[in-house]
Amino acid sequence: MDKTVNQKAWFLVLPVFLVVAFSAVLPLMTVVNYSIQDTFGNNQFFWNGAGWFKELLDPSSDLGQRFFASLWRNLAFSAIILAIEVPLGIIVALSMPRDGWRVAACLVIMALPLLIPWNVVGTIWQIFGRPDIGLLGYTLNHLGMDYNYVSNEFDAWATVIVMDVWHWTSLVALLCYAGLKSIPDAYYQAAQIDGASRWAVFTAIQLPKLNRVLLIGVLLRFMDSFMIYTEPFVVTGGGPGNSTTFVSIELVKIALGQFDLGKAAALSLVYNLIILIVCWVFYTVMTNAGVDRGHKEGAV
Amino acid sequence: MHSIPGRRLILSLYLVFLLLPIYWLVNMSFKTNGEIVSTMTLWPHVPTLENYTRIFTDESWYSGYINSLKYVVINTIISISFALPAAYAFSRYRFLGDKHLFFWLLSNRMAPPAVYALPFFNLYSAIGLFDTPWAVALAHCLFNVPLAVWILEGFVSGVPREIDETAFLDGYSFPKFFVKILVPLIASGIGVAAFFCFMFSWVELLLARTLTSVNAKPISAVMTRTVSAAGMDWGLLAAAGVLTIIPGALVIWFVRNYIARGFALGRV
Repeated sequence: MDKTVNQKAWFLVLPVFLVVAFSAVLPLMTVVNYSIQDTFGNNQFFWNGAGWFKELLDPSSDLGQRFFASLWRNLAFSAIILAIEVPLGIIVALSMPRDGWRVAACLVIMALPLLIPWNVVGTIWQIFGRPDIGLLGYTLNHLGMDYNYVSNEFDAWATVIVMDVWHWTSLVALLCYAGLKSIPDAYYQAAQIDGASRWAVFTAIQLPKLNRVLLIGVLLRFMDSFMIYTEPFVVTGGGPGNSTTFVSIELVKIALGQFDLGKAAALSLVYNLIILIVCWVFYTVMTNAGVDRGHKEGAV
Repeated sequence: MHSIPGRRLILSLYLVFLLLPIYWLVNMSFKTNGEIVSTMTLWPHVPTLENYTRIFTDESWYSGYINSLKYVVINTIISISFALPAAYAFSRYRFLGDKHLFFWLLSNRMAPPAVYALPFFNLYSAIGLFDTPWAVALAHCLFNVPLAVWILEGFVSGVPREIDETAFLDGYSFPKFFVKILVPLIASGIGVAAFFCFMFSWVELLLARTLTSVNAKPISAVMTRTVSAAGMDWGLLAAAGVLTIIPGALVIWFVRNYIARGFALGRV
């Protein structure tokens, strides 16, 4: 992994730099610009300083209330889906068949939800959960449960969470499966000689080896669930009331629904900052993993 | 040894859980609306292809697929061709600000599209690209170019440095080395990166919907508008959904061993 210093490499990176700068930095500058100004329409802007930010971070104001409500809602959502998807993903990965065509078949079926357009994921569950025409809603109602994701808050949450579990658990499972496959057989043989129990094998061999992939999986799932928009938007539209309005949905409402530029921009920047901090943790994990990989390859 | 008790049962239950909602969608797409609304049937009793024929004959529907494919293909080509040299540079050289740049790219992959919806709308309206496939293709570069760089960097790093050095000693110029030696060596990596660019552009709705109105309306927008317009043509909606799953389902077999790697940005 010893890289040579070569400043000319910049020429190779330049096209990427330009295209990403065009699609990321330029819009972000507009957002910064909006966030410190106010307007009475007609493209007349005046200086508002940190006004929007103060309003946003003040829980007693209307904007602040909406922001914090959607933020806590979103964090709760992320926590719940992580608590379900990670253990379930590990269990599924451990249940994978050993080899042969069955592995391939399982991989294909498991990957299927990952490749479905997000609005179609929403549509699938919208239809599936309807009490009149959906298998799930119909069955639940005939079992005597009063299930209706349109009017009942709890049902709406349950639907959105089950949908996310359906959509993304396979990702955790596939990552874990890749991690498990990299454990040499010798480890298991040693465990067998020691007479280790199934549980001991899991905690002493498999879990430590899964550390890195799990960390990547958790961070990826956190990031993606923290900016979830399309699926709940299609299924519940953020309702009933505001009960499934996550940060992205709130932001789009303010920005494109009300065209409240200043408020939307301030919210965008705070939102982006949170993402950036988590992203930095992610980056550190990822690049350290790269160093590990380099050492391993060097040793072989 | 690395399996657990009851694994067959667990796995079967999980796979059924994954397939059941998809089956329901496919099932509904072959039903008439009368059957959908009036009775609860586990399979279409009066199977019909009417929903599919309507999509393939009605221009407002099939043009949605064509529009989506246009920007997805443009975006994939841009992303891969820009990302390839950059991935090579990140993998082989150290240069001023390389680590910051790499992090900055990642942060764009992670940025919430909702933040960019409004500024993109202004930007692309201002430069006259609004409602063209180019606007969506460029907007999707926000997350697809970084994704491609990260995935390809992982694959380029798997090619031993000695190969570069030998090629240069043999008198290959840099462009010739790149096209004749490096690209064939990481062909599978390019395939994986292209697949993921295609996929992430194909599944995105928010930006695609914001940046188009009439002429370039993608299929995802056509679908959502049908729902809100209270047409409640469930069979048609289901058929449209099934057709959007097909591109992924067609290529999934070829990338099955790389899916974890692609989602983890080439780091697994």
